[in-house]
Amino acid sequence: MHDTSAHAAQHGAPTSFIRKHIFSLDHKVIGKQYYALALVAVVWGMVLSWIMRIHLGYANFAIPGLHLLSANGAPGNIMTPEYYLQLMTMHGTIMVFFVLTTAPFAAFGNFFLPIQVGAEDMPFPHFNMMSFWVTFVAFLVLVSSFFVGDGPTLGGWTQYAPLSAVGSVSGPGQGLGVVLWAASIAIFCVGQLLGSLNFITTTLDMRTKGMSLMRLPLSAWAWFVTSVMGLTAFAVLMPACILLILDHVAGTSFFVPSNLVINGEVLPHSGGSTLLWQHLFWFFGHPEVYIAIVPGLGIVSHVLITNMRKPMLSHRVLIYSMGALAVLSYMVYGHHMFVSGMNPFSSLAFSFPTLIITIPSTIVVLIWLGSLYGSKLRINSASLFALGFISMFISGGVSGFFLAQPSIDIMLHATYFVVGHFHLVMAVAAIFGIFSGTYFWFPKMRGRMMNETLGKLHFWLTFVGAYCIFMPFHYLGIAGNVRRYQAFTDDYLIPLIPVHKFITIAALLTGLAQVIFLYNLFHSYFKGAPASDNPWEATSLEWSTATPPPHNNFGDKMPVVYHDPYQYNVEGASTEFVMQTSPEQYNNPHEEK
Amino acid sequence: MAKIFAVTIVLIAIGSAIPIVMHTWHLPEDISTHGPLIDEQYGDTMAEAGISFLASQILLAFFIWRFSNVKPGTKTRNFPGGAMGLVIAAFLLVGTEVLALGVFGAKAWASVYFTPPAADALPVQVQAGQFAFYFRYTGPDGKFGPIHPDQINEANANFFGLDTTHDQDSKDDIVTAEMAIPVNREVHLLMHSKDVGHSFFVPELRVQQDFVPGLDLSVHFTATKVGKYEIVCTQLCGLGHYNMKAYLEVMSPGDYDNWIKQQAALQ
Repeated sequence: MHDTSAHAAQHGAPTSFIRKHIFSLDHKVIGKQYYALALVAVVWGMVLSWIMRIHLGYANFAIPGLHLLSANGAPGNIMTPEYYLQLMTMHGTIMVFFVLTTAPFAAFGNFFLPIQVGAEDMPFPHFNMMSFWVTFVAFLVLVSSFFVGDGPTLGGWTQYAPLSAVGSVSGPGQGLGVVLWAASIAIFCVGQLLGSLNFITTTLDMRTKGMSLMRLPLSAWAWFVTSVMGLTAFAVLMPACILLILDHVAGTSFFVPSNLVINGEVLPHSGGSTLLWQHLFWFFGHPEVYIAIVPGLGIVSHVLITNMRKPMLSHRVLIYSMGALAVLSYMVYGHHMFVSGMNPFSSLAFSFPTLIITIPSTIVVLIWLGSLYGSKLRINSASLFALGFISMFISGGVSGFFLAQPSIDIMLHATYFVVGHFHLVMAVAAIFGIFSGTYFWFPKMRGRMMNETLGKLHFWLTFVGAYCIFMPFHYLGIAGNVRRYQAFTDDYLIPLIPVHKFITIAALLTGLAQVIFLYNLFHSYFKGAPASDNPWEATSLEWSTATPPPHNNFGDKMPVVYHDPYQYNVEGASTEFVMQTSPEQYNNPHEEK
Repeated sequence: MAKIFAVTIVLIAIGSAIPIVMHTWHLPEDISTHGPLIDEQYGDTMAEAGISFLASQILLAFFIWRFSNVKPGTKTRNFPGGAMGLVIAAFLLVGTEVLALGVFGAKAWASVYFTPPAADALPVQVQAGQFAFYFRYTGPDGKFGPIHPDQINEANANFFGLDTTHDQDSKDDIVTAEMAIPVNREVHLLMHSKDVGHSFFVPELRVQQDFVPGLDLSVHFTATKVGKYEIVCTQLCGLGHYNMKAYLEVMSPGDYDNWIKQQAALQ
């Protein structure tokens, strides 16, 4: 902990439009930029999923205008098999990287981490600005693959080699499309590494007077833990992507063994390992799941505490559990590879940590449930989405019991069971975390309130809709429905098509419900009722400054912290809640020092 | 609204469990000797996961019902036993549960992967390529001839790149587009990929194994029921992935002998 006067950010308030809104050094503007990018990405990713779902449920349905996206991929507005895979790959890549990593971590973290620790800004504002713009370029590079060559890659977001490494001979989009994909992800990694460095140093070095580590809110802890994961995970993915590009453009064979025959030609590669890609990818890929969800754990805890009017049963246990999830996340990645041809003994070795990771996950859920007991729960859009998050996290979590075991994975691997599992636990849950954070923090970010009625309507449709979409995925998987198929022509899959039709309709309606959110967001942005400095009667530092916060976050006087972040309904306090900055003294034996 | 929310959670939880309990969709019928262990493990896991799922969702719903919009002036309370009780419960309950699943699951896994095939197991080679499976049987000499990648020629139906002119072992090899095996006899399946990653999945046989280009793997199994089953590819292999399939026919020993003779005559 340091006196922040020694670390005060070196940049003054900008005056020009470009330095204020575009190439801004202000973490708050950068946070909003990340949010805007994630919003564009999520709309695009969702539209792609609609197109895919329509095709899966109603294969011959002509989607008006689809040929404009790709004349070859959708002649007569009906999708070709390869175009389905191309859109599927883009859906996964856009959602995982540019939505689930970007919104809960980079967007909210950028805006609120410095404020929650009591700093004027992050320690490296130029790195911070670069991290956003690098991410933006990564997005443009990825999206550009729709419009060049023979379209985006069809190899799935996992880009398994050698399909991804041998060039256009293995299918449309497998040449330039893969190079653009790998370049985009490598660039994205640079952005995340810069961001992670800033997050870590902000947390460790920029805390204001009185802000001990244990006095940090759970959201700040979650961003800190996530940034440590990001620093190590993206540092592995980036070189892997560079090696993949080299296999394409420099004739290397990192991921391609000898004697592969495609289109009657023996490929001029030798000596590479296809499993090497899987190891490198999943060493990143599994921590990535936690990079997507841990910020949600923090945001939801933060929102819930405010709305329960009492702290969590244990601040420390939640922090330690998030730390345990982060550490274990590196030791479990092999559960993606049980049937990959990896040594079967390794499968068992990866199975046990995967099963063990359910213990910290269970602790988190039990602490949430135990903390709800005896609370004074306020129901609003933010708390509804936080509670919905818990429900989704439980539902997506229990299916992990199955996939952690290699023997059962023989039946469920690469089926819709896996798709249902990860959508619930890392996608829908993380999105619920984003929604919860949005309804909770929008007033602080914009200075205006969002519409509660629309927020609740949005919640109901999304909550029920998400279950209608993703629960049936599990049933399909149990029946052996293989994923990544553009049509179900096998005898045993044909009876499952009505389930796909149901899911398609549910996905379209749930997607449509998101228009309510977009309307609420934009309408409130311009016309929402003015927000007070502390509309939720919350205690952490972001609520002790002006709404929206000034350029240097706290005006002339830096805050001094006297309490832990969640002093609600404390015996002996003069008010129902005590701000972290309140110098009021009382004896609370449970308070973190 | 909180109460409606609580009821909705309970309805969703119970509604989600009904198709599982009713077996509306279920694992395909098992036709393998090693499958019962996998199915038993699946059943145990479903019971434990199902109970965890229902208990947590119902508890969540109950607390939302009970503790929302309480009267002003009500004091907040702490959960009896506090955090430590819950942490101990998580370690004891879930720890025991996952340890048990892990240990028993390892047994099921070992039954598939840690036992070598019997000496008299029927060797069958399967080659995966975009977007078809081909199968090879040894013929009377009991040996597979070597694969020459540069001689693979689909137009001449030389799917495996065999050199029957020079390689003695290849001369009697039998190549087919469908797989047939005798019932109740162990099969040693040797897996080779011609090009990219693929997978061999027969749900009824409880077998799923990826093909790894550059690394020939094998699995072994015994089918216990005569019938025709689908072999599907589960590893994304390109634009025709969804259509990459073949049939596995499990035959009586007599039918199998006739079939293999017919196939040999067609070579």
